[in-house]
Amino acid sequence: MPRYLILGNSAGGIAACEAIREVDKKGSLALVSDEPYPAYSRPLISEYLAGECSLEKMLFRPQGFYAEKGVETFLGERAVRLDVRERLLHLERGQALPWERLLIATGASPFVPKIEGLGKKGVFTFTTLEDAEGIASSLGSVERGVVIGGGLIGISVTRALARRGVKVTVVELMDRVLSTILDEEGSRLAHEALLRAGVGVITGHTAKEVLGGEGVRGVILDNGEELPAELVIIAIGVVPRTELLRGTGIKVNRGILVDRYMSTSLPGVYACGDVAEAYDFVYGVDRLTPIWPNAYLGGRMAGFNMAGLKREYPGGTTMNSLTCFDLALASAGVVNPDQGYEVLSRLGDHTYEKLVLREGRLRGMILVGNIAKSGLIFGLMKDGVDVSGFKEALLKEDFGLASLPEEMRRERLRRNG
Amino acid sequence: MKRIYPQEEVCMACRLCEVYCLVEHSLSRDPVKAYKKESPRPLARIRVEERGTLSFALQCRHCDEPPCVYACLTGALKKEAESGVVRVEAEKCIGCWTCILACPYGAIAMDTARGVVAKCDLCLHLSLPACVSRCPNEALVYLEGMDA
Repeated sequence: MPRYLILGNSAGGIAACEAIREVDKKGSLALVSDEPYPAYSRPLISEYLAGECSLEKMLFRPQGFYAEKGVETFLGERAVRLDVRERLLHLERGQALPWERLLIATGASPFVPKIEGLGKKGVFTFTTLEDAEGIASSLGSVERGVVIGGGLIGISVTRALARRGVKVTVVELMDRVLSTILDEEGSRLAHEALLRAGVGVITGHTAKEVLGGEGVRGVILDNGEELPAELVIIAIGVVPRTELLRGTGIKVNRGILVDRYMSTSLPGVYACGDVAEAYDFVYGVDRLTPIWPNAYLGGRMAGFNMAGLKREYPGGTTMNSLTCFDLALASAGVVNPDQGYEVLSRLGDHTYEKLVLREGRLRGMILVGNIAKSGLIFGLMKDGVDVSGFKEALLKEDFGLASLPEEMRRERLRRNG
Repeated sequence: MKRIYPQEEVCMACRLCEVYCLVEHSLSRDPVKAYKKESPRPLARIRVEERGTLSFALQCRHCDEPPCVYACLTGALKKEAESGVVRVEAEKCIGCWTCILACPYGAIAMDTARGVVAKCDLCLHLSLPACVSRCPNEALVYLEGMDA
């Protein structure tokens, strides 16, 4: 039985632990993380900041999970060197952990632009519980906040800050918010939801400098406009944490390249989650899709393969479900298609639906306002179903499984996941 | 494990399955009180689909590899090892609706009033799931092994 070592304690790492133990109840299994907490749901840091969640509620698995699964944990320990010849992972405090099957599930860290003033008090990124704790304890002296980045993280932290009574202005470089997961129409509806909630939105600009003495007092934009603020959040994006693989020869692009069995270019070393470029079934290539469900499923497949059970990762794609203040949004796949795609859409009062097709198959979808059908549609997209025979029905109010051709419907109802 | 399978040939869309699912998951367990007094109204976890004379009722399939469980951000959705039931722990649910996007059957209900999801739990506390026992036509059957 091989020695398993998991580097990372979030969706991917936990999924791998669970999968390994489904196959191998005895093999030595250890997990390392630079964060000191048991696995927590990273997306919940915004609920934490909003004051609606304790760490207890954020725990991804119950207390006792690691003991029950027989996982030896090294929490709050930073890995500093990966020796692929001796198969040792060196920790900062000196320990060298041996492995025979290693999973890199280190995730991604915030992208920090080169602008002046980032070292001032009151400037934060927003990807860890520690970030949320730091921001929360600073709120006593905060009236106004500037969030640099109007994407998923930016909108998420904006919601939390608004719930805490901070007057927020979002500064987005692109000409619209949530530009990677919505189209122009969707972004317009989201923008309106932000304005309805009293959030200021500036698009097409970015921050050039953070102003203030020891503490933040505002930012200057590229057009010279000055925004006064006592809090600045950098929420531009994330960068895969691949630093440990330098010098190992393992193939890294922007993220760690993995095959359909989640193996890197070095046998015995696997990767999953935000750090990995894994198969995307819509684009048909390996790419970064830093989405919690993909990290979990990728980690699960990695764990099975590490334990000797050959399982193919079915692929993931960009998929997001979120609420932008009073507006529910669901989006997946290609939402801003180039030429060569067929687009169907329906715009209502505060609702919007868009489907992107190619060769009769769904490649992308946006639902705004009424997202109850999102799973039915995403399921057809995942399975690569030819929907050309009933594509108009997809947009109708009453779309359901009953809208599918008889044999297709019967077949889907016979399955059990 | 036993699962509930719709029999569309004998379903007449009377929706008694929806009514009794809602009642079974209400506080009062009484139809009049559940519909008219409980606020917010409890939800049915089964949904009747109807198109012309075609109709059938659909609930969670309690999948062997449940995409909703793998998608759940908080760990609120779990597949129970013993029973095989996919259950949601409402206290852990934050209403992010990621599972709604993940479920290809649309089997998870959005309880927007409570900000959580609701789903079939196979009524394990009863000898037969409520929808199965209350269907006048046996258009819902509770059987082992009707997998594809």
